[in-house]
Amino acid sequence: MLDLRLYMLQRLTALIMAPLVIGHIAVMIYAVQDGLTVGEILARTQGSVAWFLFYGSFVVAVSVHGAIGLRVISFEWFGLKGRALQLFSWAIFALLFGLGAKAVYAVTFAGGGL
Amino acid sequence: MVSGLKWSNQVANETQIMTVSIWRESGDDGRFEEYEVPARENQTVLDVVAYVQQHIDPTLSYRFACRVGMCGSCAMMVNGSPRWTCRTHVSKVVADDQLEVAPLRNLPVIKDLATDMDPFFEKWVAAEAVFHPSKTRHDPMAAITPDDPMRIAASEAIECINCAVCYAACDVVESNPDYFGPAALNRSWSLLNDIRDAGQDVRLAAVGSNGGCHNCHSQQGCVQYCPNELNPTLSIAGLKRETTKALFRRSR
Ligand code: SF4
Ligand code: SF4
Ligand code: FES
Repeated sequence: MLDLRLYMLQRLTALIMAPLVIGHIAVMIYAVQDGLTVGEILARTQGSVAWFLFYGSFVVAVSVHGAIGLRVISFEWFGLKGRALQLFSWAIFALLFGLGAKAVYAVTFAGGGL
Repeated sequence: MVSGLKWSNQVANETQIMTVSIWRESGDDGRFEEYEVPARENQTVLDVVAYVQQHIDPTLSYRFACRVGMCGSCAMMVNGSPRWTCRTHVSKVVADDQLEVAPLRNLPVIKDLATDMDPFFEKWVAAEAVFHPSKTRHDPMAAITPDDPMRIAASEAIECINCAVCYAACDVVESNPDYFGPAALNRSWSLLNDIRDAGQDVRLAAVGSNGGCHNCHSQQGCVQYCPNELNPTLSIAGLKRETTKALFRRSR
């Protein structure tokens, strides 16, 4: 079920996510100390290549990591196999990636001057 | 089967009796049946099973050989947990004077308490838990010192009696029929630490394949129940590490 390739991919994406999650939370705590508005956040993120890369890579890592994890669960708990399992895994990936990409676009692109 | 009445009279002479519930037959005919046996102060679960077979129903099928915890053939589910029955005292596992004995989990049942161990051992072969000799009898013996780290790692995993208790305890084996399971991977790990073995590449490929070590959730059900206090989870962690290292070696 879980061969070396998928196992490595899941470990690797976990490795990417860990510092990004810590970075996200740290910046959030730091930034909201004196109260912060949506406008102020967007003013900093929109058009910023750095924030695009930060959240962009997070979204990619989450989509891969989550898809592999749910693949294992759906196989072990619900007996999904073969093509159905393959389709399910890719659908989860597409869903997570789609939602994440939409959010990253909204926060770093839309209205900004990138 | 000897009639229940005759049996009750027989036990009446003993001081105390205990009810044991034993799984009979297999497949659609499978069911628990209750037997009354003497509640002796000092008896193992295997003693109870043998008592039923010798005094109540000679058609009861079960497997044992050594009776001293060496051969690994007597494992059964006792009150829901996998145990080596020849070394499990009834007093330690009995709950509310009830004892339930069933065939080992995760294996096909042949009849009553006897399971078919073939899938278990086929997975040993699939996991390359077999020795690949690298020398002939004319070569000198390999010099391995007792304090060699590989020798120590092998020694920690080596005292396996192939009882399949860990295999029955493993939830991943239950949900993934392809998973090799703790015992096979544990043996593969001890062989990976044997410098005399010439099959390390095929072994790493086997334990890194679909049914291999990366399926393990590391929750240590196997460790909890292994009667020889081995740690298959640790061995499997070693396999995960070595397969990962081999991946980087290959890509260099
Ligand atoms: S630690 Fe791994 S091998 Fe042991 S019971 Fe859990 S999943 Fe099975
Ligand atoms: S590792 Fe322990 S529980 Fe598993 S087969 Fe060997 S002795 Fe039995
Ligand atoms: S009969 Fe040999 S280990 Fe129990």
